[in-house]
Amino acid sequence: MLEIQQLECTRGDHILFSNLNFSLRDGEILHVRGSNGSGKTSLLRIICGLLMPSAGRICWDGGDIRKLREEFTGNVTYLGHLNGIKGDLSGLENLQLGGKLDGLDISEQAGLAALSKMGLRGREDLPTKVLSQGQKRRVALARLLLSKTRLWILDEPFVALDVKAVAHLQSVIQQHLEHNGMVVFTTHQEVEINTGRAHHIDLDL
Amino acid sequence: MSQPGIFTAFRAVVARDITLAMRRKTDVLNALAFFIIAVTLFPLGVGPEIDTLRAIAPGVIWVAALLAAMMSLGRIFAGDYEDGTLEQMLLGNFPLSIMVTGKVFAHWLLTGVPLVLLSPLLGMQLGLDPESLLVLVYTLLIGTPVLSLLGSIGAALTLGVRGGGVLMALLVLPLYVPILIFGAGAVEALGTPSGVLPYLSIQGAILALSVALTPLATAAALRISME
Repeated sequence: MLEIQQLECTRGDHILFSNLNFSLRDGEILHVRGSNGSGKTSLLRIICGLLMPSAGRICWDGGDIRKLREEFTGNVTYLGHLNGIKGDLSGLENLQLGGKLDGLDISEQAGLAALSKMGLRGREDLPTKVLSQGQKRRVALARLLLSKTRLWILDEPFVALDVKAVAHLQSVIQQHLEHNGMVVFTTHQEVEINTGRAHHIDLDL
Repeated sequence: MSQPGIFTAFRAVVARDITLAMRRKTDVLNALAFFIIAVTLFPLGVGPEIDTLRAIAPGVIWVAALLAAMMSLGRIFAGDYEDGTLEQMLLGNFPLSIMVTGKVFAHWLLTGVPLVLLSPLLGMQLGLDPESLLVLVYTLLIGTPVLSLLGSIGAALTLGVRGGGVLMALLVLPLYVPILIFGAGAVEALGTPSGVLPYLSIQGAILALSVALTPLATAAALRISME
């Protein structure tokens, strides 16, 4: 279970949000809403531990994530504004080498299957720097298909994707929830995710 | 989560960084070219008297190796920082200091080792005798990992800073002073009563201390830079 307690985030001397509380159980999804600059990305980065909150704490199964460190981050897949893929490597190499860093052994078959599910069949061997913006995003999203983590933190995952890919990603997220996963995400697009209990936070309020 | 062992993660990072460097060989070759050119300029500038050259050779080679290593330090984290893969490493399954050690080791394999291998050739060019060459290679073999290790702290602290290169030099160069003094000093100590061994021992002590402490410092610096 993920618990956010009394969270406050400041940027400079501007308070983005304060006294934020919520908890997320297995199979639940949290949609973070808010206008540009309301602190959505900051909140997501705080939850995965990349950013230090100015007050409050985040607990994972009862323990503070600052103390758990790898025991927590090993359970998290984060997809931020940066895709986290290497332009010099092909899609498949990105998945395999990236997986190795997390202790995952991804077979060539599994990697190719994930890429073709994301609609990248025939592009597996190209260095990702020659791919389009949307295709790069798809390589990054293919990581989700291969991950074994419980908590997915997705910052604008639908950006740069076409209609078909958006629909596919929705079904991937739903499957994750059906397998008792947890998702925290932000988006400005209208997306329907029907599985699991959905929570909303609006940072503008 | 399953723990496939810290050594597996270390190996994975090293293999990854070497694969990446092989895709972009110019980065590696630049540092080596700089090393060769910088050392080769000295006979042209100082003059061809072999005794003068022999006297300054250890210092010249050490300073050139130090600058070449520092030049290449910028890319140790910068590329991963820009494309977000560093973020992913911070959110990995393994302690960040292990990942850092892997990256630094890969950096040493890609710049330190070639510098060590080239140094006898450049030493000969400056008129060093075989015995001095051997000592020079020893000192560089112990010293270049220290350059990569200490440099990684500076590289991590200046991530994403505009004009970070100069700032990194200012941070790192003072830290390089001891290893430089004992590195170049060892060759000059050849034939003196104290001998070479004390110099190599102190270098070894600096290396041991750096291996133990710098990965922790670099990991902390990376966390600060990612905020």
